[in-house]
Parts: sequence; C-alpha cells; structure tokens
Amino acid sequence: MASVASAAPPRWRRGEGLRALVWLSPWLAGVSIFFVYPLLATVYFSFHHYDLFTLEWAGLDNYRYLLRDPRVVTSARNTLWLVAVMVPVQTLFSLGLAQLVVRLKAGVGLFRTIFYLPSLVPVAAGTITFVFLMNPSTGPWNQFLALFGVTGPDWFGDPAWSKPSLTLLSVWSCGQIAVIFMAALLDVPRHLYEAAAIDGAGAWRQFRSVTLPSIAPVLMFSAVTGVIYAVQYFAQAMIASRVASGATDSPGSTFTPGYPDESLLTLPQWLFQAGFRDYQMGYACVLALVLFAASMVFTLLLLWRFRRSEGAA
Amino acid sequence: MRFVPLAVAGLTALALTACTAGKEAAPSLGARPAPAGSAAASLPAATVELWHGFSTPAEVKAFEDAIAGFNKKFPQITVKAVKGVQDDQITQAIRGGRAPDVAASFTTDNVAQWCRSGSFQDLTPVIAQDGVDLGVLPQVARTYTEYAGKRCTLPLLADAYGLYYNKALMKGNAPPRTLSELTALTKKLTVRDANGDIKVAGFIPSFQYYENSPSHLAPMVGAKWYHDDGTSAIGSDPAWKELLRWQKDLVDWYGYDKLEKFRKGLGDEWGAEHPFFAGKVAMVVDGEWRNAMIAGDPKAREMDYGTAPMPVSDTRPELYGSGFTAGTVIGVPKGARNPRQAWELVKYLTTDTDSLVTLSNALRNVPTTRAAMESPKLAKDANFQTFLDIFAHPRTSTLPSAVNSVFNQEALATFVTKWEKGAVPDLDAGLRSVDRQIDDKLKLSGS
Repeated sequence: MASVASAAPPRWRRGEGLRALVWLSPWLAGVSIFFVYPLLATVYFSFHHYDLFTLEWAGLDNYRYLLRDPRVVTSARNTLWLVAVMVPVQTLFSLGLAQLVVRLKAGVGLFRTIFYLPSLVPVAAGTITFVFLMNPSTGPWNQFLALFGVTGPDWFGDPAWSKPSLTLLSVWSCGQIAVIFMAALLDVPRHLYEAAAIDGAGAWRQFRSVTLPSIAPVLMFSAVTGVIYAVQYFAQAMIASRVASGATDSPGSTFTPGYPDESLLTLPQWLFQAGFRDYQMGYACVLALVLFAASMVFTLLLLWRFRRSEGAA
Repeated sequence: MRFVPLAVAGLTALALTACTAGKEAAPSLGARPAPAGSAAASLPAATVELWHGFSTPAEVKAFEDAIAGFNKKFPQITVKAVKGVQDDQITQAIRGGRAPDVAASFTTDNVAQWCRSGSFQDLTPVIAQDGVDLGVLPQVARTYTEYAGKRCTLPLLADAYGLYYNKALMKGNAPPRTLSELTALTKKLTVRDANGDIKVAGFIPSFQYYENSPSHLAPMVGAKWYHDDGTSAIGSDPAWKELLRWQKDLVDWYGYDKLEKFRKGLGDEWGAEHPFFAGKVAMVVDGEWRNAMIAGDPKAREMDYGTAPMPVSDTRPELYGSGFTAGTVIGVPKGARNPRQAWELVKYLTTDTDSLVTLSNALRNVPTTRAAMESPKLAKDANFQTFLDIFAHPRTSTLPSAVNSVFNQEALATFVTKWEKGAVPDLDAGLRSVDRQIDDKLKLSGS
C-alpha cells in the first residue's frame, strides 16, 4: 500500500503540470494544426490517388512511381547541387562581406544599407532582372565583359551555367545573412583579439581561433537555414527557367520546367508540377515527404558536425 | 479531469454541426426538367458570376459587349464578370465550395481532369433537353471540349495555327506547301554573315522557338498523340519520326550552335521586337491572333505579309489546308449556385452568332460556329480568312483531351529539345521512353 501511495504524484505537481499545459496550449494548438495534422495528412494522401476532387486507395503505387520517375533523379541532383554549392558560396560571401563592412572606419551604415537593399527586392523582380541583364545577346553584362575581350557565356540558357547564375543571384541578395554576421562579428569581445595578437597570432590565426569559434552558433544558424532554403528552392529557379525559355501560356504551347535541359528543375518545382499541374496530389505528397526527410537529414548532419566540433574544441 | 470527455464530445458535436450546417447541395444541371414555355420568361431572376481569363481593357470590353446581348434576352439575369482568372483559381474555388456559376479557361489542358473528376458539370443532359445542335461546331472543336463521353465544356473562341510569311523576304517565292519545299525555301532565304552567323533565317525549325511546340507542328505530318485506350502513340506512329528527322536535318543545316545563338538573340514574342516584325525571319508558324498584333503595332503594320496553311508531309498532300487548333473553353462548375441560368449564359456565348462575331471582331480569335464564321458581320481579310479555313478544314487536328495533358506535352518537349541538340543516339528508343513516361503517368492517375 505504501508503494502505491508513493507512486501517485504530489497534488502540487499535478496542478503545475496542468498549468504548464494551459500555458503551452497556444503553441501546442499551432503545432498540431500547422505541422502535425498536415504531416499526417501528407502521409495519408501519399497512399491515395487524389486529384483534388476524388480520393482512391493507391497502396504503394505513388512510392513505386517515385523509383521510376526519371525527373526525380534530375531534380534531386539539382537540389543537391544547390545545397552543396550555393549555400556554402552564399554563406562564405556573406561572412566575407560582413568582415569587410565591420572593419570600415567610416560609412558603415551606408554600406550596410547598400548591401542589404538587394534582399528587399521581390524575388520575381530580382530574378527577371538578372535574366535580362545576363541575356547573352542583348544583356549589358556580356557586353561589359566583351570590353575586356571576354566572351560571356549563355548564363541562363546553358545548362552548365544556369545554376552558377542562380548562385550569383543568391550572392547578390545575401544582405540579410550578412547583416546577421555583422551583428555576430561586432559581438566578439575585442580583448580576445588583443590577447591573440599579444600571443603573436596573425590575421588568419585570429580568424580561425577567435572569430570562428565566437560566431559558430550564427554560422550554424546560417548553414541550417540556408540548407532548408536550398532544399525548398522554387521561385527563382521557376521564374528564371520561364523567362529564359521565352515560353508562353497559349494553347498547345509547352513550358518544360527546369529550362535549360532540366538544369533548373528542383524537387519543389517537380512537386508543384505533380500536384497542381498534373493533379496527382498523392504523388506530390510522396515528393513532399522526400523533401521533408532530406531537410531533416541535412539539418541533423549539420547539427551533429557542429556538436562534434564544439566537443573537440 | 472528468470534464475532458465532455469537452471532447462537445467539440466533436460542434465540429460536426459546423461541417454540415448550411451545406445544401447546389442543384446540378439536367437534374430537373427544362422549364416549360419560353426559357427567357420562365427562368427566375439571378446574378450569375462568370470568371474568365481576359484582362486587357479591350478584351474586357468585348466580353461586356457580348454579355449585353445576353442581358437583352434575359433581362432578369445579371452577369457579374470577373476578369483575369486562371485555371488554378477556378480549381481551388470549386474545391472550396465557392465556385462561380460559369468559368472560362484559355487552355484545353485541364478539360479531361475537370470532366473526369466532375468538377465541371456534364452538359450533355441540358444540351439534349434544349435540343442544341452541336453539328454547328467543327468536329475538332467538339473533340477538345469533352473527355470520355462527358461534355463538360463548350468552345468559346478558337485559335488556329498557320504559316505567316514576309513577302519582302520571300523574294517572290510562293509559300511552301510541303516540308521539302519548306526546307528548300529556308535554305534559299537564309542570310549569313562572313562568320556563318545567321542574320536572317528562312524558317526557324527549333522546337524551342516561340510557337514551334510539338503539338503545333504535329498536324504537318498528321502525327497521333494517343491510342484509343489513352496510352501514348508517339513511339509507334511513324509520323513523329518523319517530323523529327525533317526538323533535325534542317537544324543540322543551320548548325545547332549557330541556330541557338540566333534564337536566343531574338526579341520578345509579345513585343514590338518580334523577329517576324523586325524582318529577321521570313516564315513563322503562328496563331491567328498574330494578325491583330501586327495590325496593332505601328511599325509592323507597314510590313507586307501573307498567311497560308502550314506545309505538310510530301507523302500526305491531303493534309494541306489543315493545321492545329485549340482555344478557350467555357462550362458550369460543380457547385454553381444558379446552374440553369449559368447554362443559358454558356449556351448564348457559345452558340449565338452575334455574340461570337462580337467577340471575334474584338479579340481577333476564330469564332467557333459555322454560322459565325460565315456571318457578313465578321471582319475578315485574306490573312484572317486563312485561319477560318484552317479551323474549318476536316483534317485540322488538336491535342486530344488527356488527364495528364500538361505532363505528356512536357515529356515530349523535353525529349525533342534533346533530340534537336543531337543528344539522342537512338530515335526509336527515345520515343519509346517518352511512351513509357506517359503510360506510367497514366497508370498513376488511378481508374
């Protein structure tokens, strides 16, 4: 009897738990409605043929089709390229830019504003502008390169250059991340640099041993959000493809997503195509789950690396 | 914690009430017998909402003019037209139970899906009730507005595709009638500079050039998209191979890289710098609407140009005069609040001669009934007449309705882009792979 009595939680603890639950309830409701329910619904629909109007049990058909769909491999490869190249380039460029700006003696505010401005430009406007500026025949960018005897490539029309061109676009609009880096860099205690300098550390050594460890959490945040952003990369690739291809919406005209040669076809675009162009929402749900899993894997890998390096330090 | 089951029960009851309250099913077309006596007098007053994709002031005014004619006939029905609506919005509105009474779409790509899912109502019963004779429409227009025996849309206006030629650049040559004539004339009219770069192209054979999609060019060889069971016929129809081999030979004559360099330097398809306007290309495949664009451009309207049917396979001379057609479709979505009035509006807009002529004269698209095409009120010159003739030609073809229409076109377009680039070593195997993609996708659509 004594053991039963001692197993019951004290009255004050039960009341506290209930109170905590009440305080947490807005968050719980939000997560349930906007995350758990959609996730469960996605899993449910992935086992159905669903054309937005009629629902029919499909078993594993959608999953089997995933293995046969040639465009899944193409779009996954493109998305992986963005994760592996675009994210590091954008992060490094933002960090470099932030380093430069914080070292300026005058005009910091002005330069910070100038570098931040592109991130305020709407995605569609920025992308269309880039495609026009980089048009190989009529755009000023290649004409500028020609002044130095350089024959510019067909930026958005050549499959080998289309993703690097989008990377340039992402670098141009990296102001937001750069501003976060600037704040982090300004937070690094000055005395650490002074101590390192007294110990004879050069600029590179100071950067590696003082700056990097101090801003590691911000770097981690930038990498994780960058990876999630790259996995969900949609609008810029879609708009660049569409504008560069000159495709129209007239009857019988076809726009092949990912122009040129499917080099800009990303997984989210293919998902959108399956769900809202082909009305195969069940299959689109499978692709959504693949995207979700990919985001999780990349994020967990990054966190694991970060914790390991923190442990080593 | 005793209140928890009570709360759950209460919430469930509330949710169920919310889900069912006020959800009386909207009446569907043909469910009730047609009103007795004069339809105009017997229909009750209502406000009918019409969603369409037209957006420019001239287009919107044309629609309002056509609706004014309907209002004279049905004064008790008010039509509220909503402009600039795309297919996605229509689909979402139907799903959300906020469907308009009438919806029009610029493309035929979603007709099969709308018919199959029942998101657009089958018009067959009311067509029969009202004794509407669909024989007033060319067969091809009847084809692209129905799917698997369900007629859920009617054609409003059509686009027909033919050949435009710049008479100054043609140097006295007549427009070609066969593919071999087109090839010979292209070679004759093309001008290159000392580096071999193209300055003026006779005809641009690239599938990536503006309106040169596989569906628009397929009628030149009579190529078939689907078997009767809906599976792909692309790999087994020799006409596709003929079209692709002819096209690749001409691309190779230009040199793929030279042609791409030229193509990418051309002006916008919808602007004043269109290469046909600018005298950079002698012959182009285009829709009848290009006539209006030429007339509306102060520089282009000075150009002396002509129109003709597209050249056809040398072995299929009977195809000459035909072409590709598709167009705007209109129907009554599921959940329309005033379906009977909506049907009267659809019937009026698609079959009334004056209404179709009003729309055609303003929008410069092909009117879809024979009476409208022959109406003395229809503004037409020789260049526009070409497209009326193409639309009415018995061998004119369309892209048949298919549930994965967009995907199927993309699968072929992706393949032909690789083909013209020279990245396809085996044409037969490549076309079979297109078949496989289309058939696999068809299976994924369910029953």
